[in-house]
Amino acid sequence: MLEAIMGLAMSLGDPTFLVTFQGAVNWSVGFLTTVAIFAIVVLGLNVQWGYTGILNFGVVAFFMVGAYTSALLTLGPATGFNAYILGLDLPVLVGWLGAALAGALLALLVGLPTLRLRLDFLAIATIGIAEILRTFARSGNGLVNRNEGLNGIPGFLAGTVDRGDYKWLLLAIALASLLLVYLLVRAATESPWGRVLRAIRDNEATAQAAGKRTTVYRLQAFVLGGAIMGFAGALYAHRIGAISPPGFTDLFGTFLPYTMLIVGGAGNHRGVILGSLVVGFFWFGTPLVQESLPDAIGTNVFVWRQFFVGLLVVMFILWLPKGLIAEEARVSRFLPRVAGGPSLRARITGRFRAE
Amino acid sequence: MDFVQLIIIGIVVGSVVGLGAMGLTLTFGILKFANFAHGDMMTLGMFTAFAVLGVVRGPTLEPFSIPAGLILAVLVAGSAVALLAASLDRLIYRRLRRRGSALITMAIASLGIAIMTRAVVQLIWGPLPKRYSGGINPSWSIGELRVKPDQLLIVGLTLVLAVVLYLLLYRTKLGKAMRATADNAQLADVAGIDTERIRQATWAIAGFLIAAAGVMFALQAQLRYDAGFEFLLPMFAAVILGGIGNPWGALAGGLIVGISQETSTYWIPSGFKAGIPFVLLIAMLIARPRGLFGSTF
Repeated sequence: MLEAIMGLAMSLGDPTFLVTFQGAVNWSVGFLTTVAIFAIVVLGLNVQWGYTGILNFGVVAFFMVGAYTSALLTLGPATGFNAYILGLDLPVLVGWLGAALAGALLALLVGLPTLRLRLDFLAIATIGIAEILRTFARSGNGLVNRNEGLNGIPGFLAGTVDRGDYKWLLLAIALASLLLVYLLVRAATESPWGRVLRAIRDNEATAQAAGKRTTVYRLQAFVLGGAIMGFAGALYAHRIGAISPPGFTDLFGTFLPYTMLIVGGAGNHRGVILGSLVVGFFWFGTPLVQESLPDAIGTNVFVWRQFFVGLLVVMFILWLPKGLIAEEARVSRFLPRVAGGPSLRARITGRFRAE
Repeated sequence: MDFVQLIIIGIVVGSVVGLGAMGLTLTFGILKFANFAHGDMMTLGMFTAFAVLGVVRGPTLEPFSIPAGLILAVLVAGSAVALLAASLDRLIYRRLRRRGSALITMAIASLGIAIMTRAVVQLIWGPLPKRYSGGINPSWSIGELRVKPDQLLIVGLTLVLAVVLYLLLYRTKLGKAMRATADNAQLADVAGIDTERIRQATWAIAGFLIAAAGVMFALQAQLRYDAGFEFLLPMFAAVILGGIGNPWGALAGGLIVGISQETSTYWIPSGFKAGIPFVLLIAMLIARPRGLFGSTF
């Protein structure tokens, strides 16, 4: 144990740790695990915003609810100075299921009153949820252990492999989950149901005229997205083992996924996974090179990366609104592609949806 | 605490919410999208005033706790944020408008601007909270009730700015053109109103009001880089309560939000009062999404 702590302290204090092969491998494994979890969140967001045009500014709330639900279901009963509800000691897989259900339930609660109204009302309603949940988690006595948070959350299959190799298993779990969620959302969005979502996004009146109950479809898409985000939150909680309210910031849990989505290309599942990797590399990679940056930037690297991520969003919206990989202008994979696809000009101006 | 005392605090908090919400509802009514950068413009306003105080301070204005330089600071901060808001429209939102982008895309762009603004505030002023003045502001007692002079100043300034806004909207040609643009921008265009200029003016007015709200907020609390963002939900709740585009509704909505939030601590632990604006917002969306007073002004 002491050896592990010494090793960690050395790797953090030593700027050359990336130079050693083992250091680079360790960082990459952790980084890819994180990116895979983020990519799951972004896929959930893609169902909501990319396909259906639902603007959810409370992504971190769904992530947080999933993380807490799974932790509370799988932890043992509260002991000592800890005070939290549940603590049912259930298997981790049950916790994940519970997390997805909790995310879906939150989406239902927020979506029911707002989704039948103007599109921006949901965005307004969701902007404050995360802050409220954090406040409740902080101030609720005996609810979720306040600011101390929940610790010792069991890892999935933690006892099955050697401690040093567990990071590989974590990566495998995250990648397998990502693949599963990818196949799920692809199947859903390529189905007739998914086509209705895109129709609602592009022209709601036409979808209504075709006899679709657009509010119901929007609610379904919102709930599916919420469940996926809740599941990602559970993966995150079991991976890091300890969660507390200050860890779930809007910047990290809502804005970063949006940037990944917009950079990657809303409405394209492979695009948003690419976006997660690219933006994730920028976000998690910049602190590593802190020492080699000019002092003016290096000392404030965490604030500068925040600034650049905001700038990235604005620049992509202005000059590359379809993202790195644009959505396919194709009704169904059983039909031929639109000849030639959208022109470069249309891709840059983002006008082709209406054409 | 005494219930009437809580109402007094609620009126003070509500004035700040209402002041910010008046600008937010104007941009919502005329630009037609929810501006999520409004909260961080508030932060920028309060910190700009702080910077001005660092240069010009002057004596403390009894019985308030504020230095005389704060009057200048409000004007400078208000003008700076007004200029920035109008420039951002020119740089970003106007391009999106001309391209025919969806309004919801502009809302995302505004969130990007919000994040950038917050980063800039942290880069310039650092992460630690600040205060305008170290001095305490002794309360006046009226029977059992206690009121600080600073609190009266906050409510007073809100009323003054509301009256100025009223005169601007109803007694000037610009105001008339703004109301016409909010009502029907295409018709206003055809009638010869330069609607682009009207939009710029709207941003500037909203920018001035939100900067003033930021300074008022910081008078009774600390200056924090995330204060404005957390203030977004109460302000939006006020906008929805009052009806989108209706500044008087927004002011009334702000007071309702402030008073309900503060008096709620009479029954529930104060840690939960942050949830009150959200409950009001959701209740309003269920019961009367057009707002209490309708959208026209």
